[in-house]
Amino acid sequence: MAAEKTLLRLVACGSVDDGKSTLIGRLLYDLGTVPDDQLAALERDSKTVGTRGGELDFALLVDGLMAEREQGITIDVAYRYFATEKCKFIVADGPGHTQYTRNMVTAASNADVAILLIDARKGVLTQTRRHAYILSLMGVRQVVLAITKMDLIGYDRAAYDGIVADFVSIASTLDLPRLAAIPVSGVSGDNIASKSAATPWYDGPTLIDLIEGAEPREADRNDQPLRMSVQSVVRPNLDFRGFAGRISAGSVKPGDAIRILPSGRTAKIARVVTADGDLPEAVAGQSVTLTLDHEVDCSRGDVIAAADAPCEIADQFQATIVWMSDTPLYPGRRYALKIGATQAHATITDIRHGIDIETFEPNQARQIEANGIALCNVSLDRAIPFDPFEQSRELGGFILIDPDTHETAGAGLIHFALRRAHNVHWQALEVDRDAHAAIKGQRPAILWFTGLSGAGKSTIANMVEKKLHAMGRHTVMLDGDNIRHGLNRDLGFTQADRVENIRRVAEVAKLMADAGLIVLVSFISPFRAERDLARNLAREGEFYEIFVDVPLAVAEARDVKGLYKKARAGELKNFTGIDSPYEPPEKAEIRIDAAAMSPADAAEKIVAAIGGGRT
Amino acid sequence: MASKRLSHLKTLEAESIHILREVAAETARPVMLYSMGKDSGVLLHLAKKAFFPGKLPFPLLHVDTTWKFRDMYAMRDAAAAEHELIVYRNPDGEAKNVNPFDHGSEAHTTIWKTEGLRKALSEFGFDAAIGGARRDEEKSRAKERIFSIRSEHQRWDPKNQRPELWSLYNTRKRAGESFRVFPLSNWTELDVWQYIEAENLPIVPLYYSAEHPVVRRSGAWIMVDDARMRLEPGEKPEMRRVRFRTLGCYPLSGAVESNAASVADIIREIIESNASERQGRLIDSDTPSSMEKKKQEGYF
Repeated sequence: MAAEKTLLRLVACGSVDDGKSTLIGRLLYDLGTVPDDQLAALERDSKTVGTRGGELDFALLVDGLMAEREQGITIDVAYRYFATEKCKFIVADGPGHTQYTRNMVTAASNADVAILLIDARKGVLTQTRRHAYILSLMGVRQVVLAITKMDLIGYDRAAYDGIVADFVSIASTLDLPRLAAIPVSGVSGDNIASKSAATPWYDGPTLIDLIEGAEPREADRNDQPLRMSVQSVVRPNLDFRGFAGRISAGSVKPGDAIRILPSGRTAKIARVVTADGDLPEAVAGQSVTLTLDHEVDCSRGDVIAAADAPCEIADQFQATIVWMSDTPLYPGRRYALKIGATQAHATITDIRHGIDIETFEPNQARQIEANGIALCNVSLDRAIPFDPFEQSRELGGFILIDPDTHETAGAGLIHFALRRAHNVHWQALEVDRDAHAAIKGQRPAILWFTGLSGAGKSTIANMVEKKLHAMGRHTVMLDGDNIRHGLNRDLGFTQADRVENIRRVAEVAKLMADAGLIVLVSFISPFRAERDLARNLAREGEFYEIFVDVPLAVAEARDVKGLYKKARAGELKNFTGIDSPYEPPEKAEIRIDAAAMSPADAAEKIVAAIGGGRT
Repeated sequence: MASKRLSHLKTLEAESIHILREVAAETARPVMLYSMGKDSGVLLHLAKKAFFPGKLPFPLLHVDTTWKFRDMYAMRDAAAAEHELIVYRNPDGEAKNVNPFDHGSEAHTTIWKTEGLRKALSEFGFDAAIGGARRDEEKSRAKERIFSIRSEHQRWDPKNQRPELWSLYNTRKRAGESFRVFPLSNWTELDVWQYIEAENLPIVPLYYSAEHPVVRRSGAWIMVDDARMRLEPGEKPEMRRVRFRTLGCYPLSGAVESNAASVADIIREIIESNASERQGRLIDSDTPSSMEKKKQEGYF
């Protein structure tokens, strides 16, 4: 047996009872990889728990856990290993049970090649469509269609041809470019390791020959531009600073021009360091440590890419999400996203549509349940380097982690950026206003609540802030009373002081909007001129004047703070509405009829009016 | 580009190095379990490669049972000369002088190894223990994750393991929870030996065939490694050419008759032989699915 083999990752998928475990067990048995002692155990177990009346039950070789042996089904992804003359195989055994789509996706995630089983007696089932869809989705391009249990249909060629034709017709809408079909029987071993005399009409290779002929994914990644996610900075002493990672695409050698993303800074490769000595060149799949020709900022999570063909950088994507958690995915919830060595906070801003993986048709979806798949818009709290999943599993595939339970709640495949970060490929990012907003993944805004004392401004503003926060927006509240206790505590209530009060608040609101935040200002601000001053400081389209409109009588009847009473009694001077005028807005962006509308409805209306703070 | 295709050993090496770097980057206080066996030797070698030219960013931990082969202790001393190495012995085991003869293999293993490991991890506050277990060793390991989360009681819940997609590892956990990390998950016994040959790694000499004093028990050859070995009535040690496929506590490790005197011989023997390596381990045969139960309790 040759020491130099190619490593191939294989995923086996099939429906319940179509003999997947039997087929894998048979592969192991025929390749002589089942040791004598395990064989003895197999003979013993076949008699006690076997399903074949005491005959060797090959499925028992692979069905491991006590629980599932008792239940007779496979409940999780299991990994098996076998080797042929040319290849070492890692087999991910993906369960076929309907509710275990997540396991199938997991099993397919690393596969170079798939064996998809179809029971010859049953033909193409909805689950077959499901498996085919997932293989296509997960980028498994080489698929061997194994029509099993041929012995049970008398090796009927016409039935076999019919099943293959059925499958080819459903696969035509999928991306499965390298498809081969083969008639087999796990129980009697037809066409597994050697050609079967029972199928003289089949003139293709054996199952083992077919899977050995697959290409490892690294093979075509070598021709792509360099990509390496930096796992860590290696700094054993002051003279050495290297960046450790596994090359996911392309090759690298000393002198190559590289670009560090997302910063966009460039450098040249000085050395390709390994414990076995410096390499003249390293290729996709290798773990190395790169040193650069000069000191450049670079840390864990950055991507080192070919300078002239860097990956994209963005903070908003369209992606297909596969949901795995029993708690459904709702738009607006925040998750931790992990991609390569990078982490970010992610929010699903929109479920475009669900995908029915039996018909491959889009459907309406407001949430994604466990094992559901949907096309979504995803927004991050900062821009990250990525490649589309179609090009790179390493820089296009991500997981979503529930921040409360820490479970791996879902997996995602990036299709394209919804909005690209500017210029980052060609120069280090200018940290300007847009950059601040981009890092937050939101549109800055100033929500200026105006209205009589007691109109409900603060109540509504608080609710708006809570809603925005729950959507992952970064907000800040400038409340009249609170500002007067700090920044403006030197100001009284004279006309001049009131103007200065508003001017300061408007300036602070502008600074915070420049920092990318959504600013909520809750001030009576009775004079049009003051409000216009604030509006003019803000950027075009960023300022929302929100008129919380309530008749004086209603506000006075509420009198939460007892201020109207004091003003009527003459204890409070210049009180708006009593002895100082309130000038209602003439061109408010949003008007809230606070006498008729509940604060919750008002908050909803406002959040909708600003588009949820989305970019 | 077939010329640039990596061999399966180079691919496995690169994958394991990636995993080791992830543990070091994402956990607060990792530790590498070191048992002096061939898998430990490979794991240690990979860790040296992963962090080259730096030092290992975590200590080694040997959970001792006081019943290992003398050759293994010599190997441990050699590792300790080069790396930070912690030796932990369960105080309960020491107080009760737990041994395989008076307490039986199951209690011996539970107290020294399962409980010893649990105590060592919590006493030192390690939040990730890197081990050399492989998925091909035993059926219950076939579904083990690379990053396997353990409850605060260090129990393994087979139904509550996280899906592992691509090479992304979810390393988030609550306070008290910890990880067992298995960088050799995708290696087989044959891969390990081929790698030892390719990299010329030192191994405990007991893996090579040599004349040793042995007695026959439960169908395996048990070596009389020191004077503490208790012989059954009528049992008399005899000299036989044997070697070990796995090493543990000497009274519980079965040797096989073999003439394999080099790594190349061993590889040939594995390819030709038809017995699995755990056959020599007496603890696996205690009860049906015994490894699965031990795992749930926190045994590696």
